[in-house]
Amino acid sequence: MTPVAQTINGWTRKVPAWPLYILAVIPPALLFYKGVVGTLGIDPVKEMEHQIGLYGLQVLIATMCVTPLRRFTGINLIKYRRALGLITFFYITCHLSVWLFLDVQIWSQIWADIVKRPYITIGMGAFILMIPLAVTSNNWSIRKLRKNWTKLHKLIYPAVLLGGIHFLLLRKGIQLEPLIYLTIIVVLLVLRLPPIAQRRTARA
Amino acid sequence: ALAGLGGRRAMAQDLEPNTLEEISGYNNYYEFGTGKDDPAKYAHMLTTSPWSIEVGGMVDKPGDYSMEDILSGVDIEERIYRFRCVEAWSMVIPWNGFELNQLLEQVGVQSGAKYVAFETAYRPDEMPGVKFPVVEWPYVEGLRLDEAMHPLTIMATGIYGEPIPNQNGAPIRLVVPWKYGFKSIKSIVKITLVDEEPPTTWNKANAREYGFYSNVNPTVDHPRWSQATERVIGGGIFAARKDTLMFNGYEDQVASLYEGMDLSENY
Repeated sequence: MTPVAQTINGWTRKVPAWPLYILAVIPPALLFYKGVVGTLGIDPVKEMEHQIGLYGLQVLIATMCVTPLRRFTGINLIKYRRALGLITFFYITCHLSVWLFLDVQIWSQIWADIVKRPYITIGMGAFILMIPLAVTSNNWSIRKLRKNWTKLHKLIYPAVLLGGIHFLLLRKGIQLEPLIYLTIIVVLLVLRLPPIAQRRTARA
Repeated sequence: ALAGLGGRRAMAQDLEPNTLEEISGYNNYYEFGTGKDDPAKYAHMLTTSPWSIEVGGMVDKPGDYSMEDILSGVDIEERIYRFRCVEAWSMVIPWNGFELNQLLEQVGVQSGAKYVAFETAYRPDEMPGVKFPVVEWPYVEGLRLDEAMHPLTIMATGIYGEPIPNQNGAPIRLVVPWKYGFKSIKSIVKITLVDEEPPTTWNKANAREYGFYSNVNPTVDHPRWSQATERVIGGGIFAARKDTLMFNGYEDQVASLYEGMDLSENY
């Protein structure tokens, strides 16, 4: 382990995870406040919807970085991973709520959109995959489910991939920003393929 | 004919224009970037004077027409039109411009011509967005000749009585109010009269999603979203969506252009 990793690990031993939950409320609260007072730009609903969705994707990617970071650098942030995962779920729930209640509004159209439109179907799929993960992100579930807990939480892999594809598909034309996100996601998934993951572990 | 004041008043009825800030701050002009605020940030880089349009194809008087040439032969008037984007948002914009048919008469359309092709300026030095192949550059669009000759179809040179902001397509752009916004091509440098349907940018990029006609039609959905309703820009976060109108509310004036055509086939 490098001295940098040791310093960070020493530091994280002292910093608890719980403040993350409080800090996480600030971005969506700020977005909502700005939306209400009218300082969120010209199309505030879309801005809110897209921004909170992007936060969700970013925190999810951060969650996915915890394991490779420990494997490749020795930096151990595992105590924050549950908080990151739950914050992801919170943001994506906000994203979905903005879409339901402020954007589409019309229930018949919502259902038609979910069934008929691939990028919404894919986004909904990612959200549904995350529900059991959020529900079981507690010590009691880990004890109850034992080995199955680890298996269940592999659902995050299809969920993050669907999230990245959802972002790519909702833009008009093929755009750079979602491609960058999708590339990062694919790299993070490839790092978990047995040959790569095992080789690294063996060397460590 | 329809350009008469009475017709215009009727069209403008109960339309409350958006603010200039909304109109010039929320744009799709991918040559300056794909973000809605990118055009407002970068379009100042575009040199809009001097400007000329190369008119060619099946016309009696082909050639380069400077802005001065063009504006000397037309009547500028205000047209308050609904603007409906294919992305399902809408605005109301008080354009200043002239009927395209006046320009076409000026250059003399030959009898065999059936379509009008338009092209946007392509200037990599002045357009940071063209570095990325989001669509094929330069941006091209087209209309059937009868659509181009229709009195509702204008070439806009201003908004709110001021020169049109660069991000809105300065110095001269097309406005076809009954079609999705992307048909109303910006910063035009070339107009060509042709006898066959010309290629159009979004149709080339994705023919299944964007047809040549792209008339506003609440009954024909975009494959990725419904076109039945629209988000009205400027309504705040709790504003209700509005039902989209057939031909964007210009059905009385333009429906006859498409008589006998299957609009879900010719989307």
